Amino acid sequence: MLPSIKRSGLQQALDYLIAMCRSAMIAQTGALTMENKDTQAAEVKKKEVASDETPPQYPLIGALKAFVMEVGAISKFAFQYFRELVKPPYEFRELVKQMHLTGYKSLALVGITGFIMGLVLTIQSRPVMAEFGAEAWIPGMIAVSIVREIGPVITALICAGKVGSGMGAELGSMKVTEQIDAMEVSGTNPFKYLVVTRVLATTLMVPILVVFSDTIALFGSYIGVNLEGKVSLTLFFTKAFESLDFSDVLPAFIKCFFFGFIIGLIGCYKGYNSNKGTEGVGQASNSAVVIASLMVFIIDMIAVQLTTLFT
Amino acid sequence: MIHTQEIQAGTNEPANDLNENLVEMKGVKKSFGDNHVLKDINFTIKKGENVVVLGKSGTGKSVLIKCIVGLIDPDGGVLNVFGKDVLTMNDKDLSEVRTKAGFLFQSGALYDSMTVRENLEFPVLRKYKSKPQEEIDTLVEEALANVGLEDTADKMPSELSGGMRKRISLARTIILKPELLLYDEPTTGLDPITSQEISELILEVQKKYKTASIIITHDIKCAKITADRIMVLDQGAFVAEGTFEELKNSKDDLVRSFFT
Ligand SMILES: Nc1ncnc2c1ncn2[C@@H]1O[C@H](COP(=O)(O)OP(=O)(O)O)[C@@H](O)[C@H]1O
Ligand SMILES: [Mg+2]
Repeated sequence: MLPSIKRSGLQQALDYLIAMCRSAMIAQTGALTMENKDTQAAEVKKKEVASDETPPQYPLIGALKAFVMEVGAISKFAFQYFRELVKPPYEFRELVKQMHLTGYKSLALVGITGFIMGLVLTIQSRPVMAEFGAEAWIPGMIAVSIVREIGPVITALICAGKVGSGMGAELGSMKVTEQIDAMEVSGTNPFKYLVVTRVLATTLMVPILVVFSDTIALFGSYIGVNLEGKVSLTLFFTKAFESLDFSDVLPAFIKCFFFGFIIGLIGCYKGYNSNKGTEGVGQASNSAVVIASLMVFIIDMIAVQLTTLFT
Repeated sequence: MIHTQEIQAGTNEPANDLNENLVEMKGVKKSFGDNHVLKDINFTIKKGENVVVLGKSGTGKSVLIKCIVGLIDPDGGVLNVFGKDVLTMNDKDLSEVRTKAGFLFQSGALYDSMTVRENLEFPVLRKYKSKPQEEIDTLVEEALANVGLEDTADKMPSELSGGMRKRISLARTIILKPELLLYDEPTTGLDPITSQEISELILEVQKKYKTASIIITHDIKCAKITADRIMVLDQGAFVAEGTFEELKNSKDDLVRSFFT
């Protein structure tokens, strides 16, 4: 009995959290589709009725089924992405615009986080390192942990939060307000124009953002080291790069492309397939962040396993 | 079946002078799972005609006109647009149909991330990739003048009122001079005065460009202003057809209920 009680308690807590996020999202996006209010109300009612009629009897099995179906749908979406990606015509102008929006517009956020990351990591690890008399190793240690792991993951998570949720909300509201249909009747393939450009943009920009973030983080660490004691910039970076191998840098860089791909893909998938109404838009944006973040960790785990396998 | 073949054979003939019907639907069906939205739709519209489709919310009016431009594929029946079968046509013909049939979406569907000018340019640039900028500018100015909003070109859609957004959507819909206009609830969500203005604008556009229009609405004032002929949709099929006066005095309760 105990596990099931625990689970339902957990579920309640989760439901509560999701409901809270959702209402916040709705409040945010409420202004988007004022005109559709009536249909939304009707639809919400319909949903309530439907859920009253068929209470989920085996939540775990239901969840599993939903999960498998979701994975299938996302794979299909990814497949369509690759098919449209290679098929002309190419939407270069839109791609450049999206790269500007996802890359350039995230520089400040990613830079600030990178700086704090490097600084804090240095300050936190100094006492331990000092205890072992290994302060000279701080630059090397920080460099390895940032370049290999923390830089890519933190940057990817920030992009999932900023870019992924933005794509979910944007495409979701475009879908709800029939902008995607309007594009299609204007002789444009909306999948190519909206999805392919966005996913490609994140795939290309996230690695660049990670390199940028790593660099700023090392500067942060340099300042952290210089809060106590004095190390010259040249010495710090010599030490840092000494401990970095090609086999550290390359796999870390390659996995960033996968991070970028999955962030764009999940954001677009959620938005492009969002349900009607403002609720659907909020949900799309919300679950885009949750799933993309989770996927970042999963990809990271796989990447680490693969790297240790081959080195 | 024989009928289908006859109509398809007809599509090979170059001019559709013989076939004045811009849209021809016979026994069109569409279901979403168990939801049988369209069951047996028979419908025609001639050049220059204004047909109003009345129907309760959720009866499939939007689905009906989305079938015409290939946004939704019917499950069965015959659907000819400009004399060609939409169901079997290739991409090039479909894009031709979409140029000749303008669609005004219920929510306006203006692109939020673009200015009014970019919104209007979008269909033009998509259709004619290398049109000189002056010609595009002329088209945009003409379209804006048609709806009386010349000074909004550089605004964002979010800066406009509901009525203005509808007008801009209309401008975008008519910028490629379609022969057939499909209006999905053009006056829903607008105040009575703006609704009347939009209805009159629809009529003006029709006179100026000699278009045919299918107007979906449950706004009876709009129907009165614009309709040459009214059709009533209920439970997946048309249940009544006639002029405004004819239907107003109909014995059918459902039909009359729209006129009160
Ligand atoms: N893409 C779709 N997928 C599933 N169901 C749909 C879709 N589009 C419309 N429907 C359903 O078809 C019915 C008619 O919708 P619609 O044509 O929008 O009604 P209205 O007459 O109000 O325009 C509704 O029950 C709606 O839920
Ligand atoms: Mg509708």
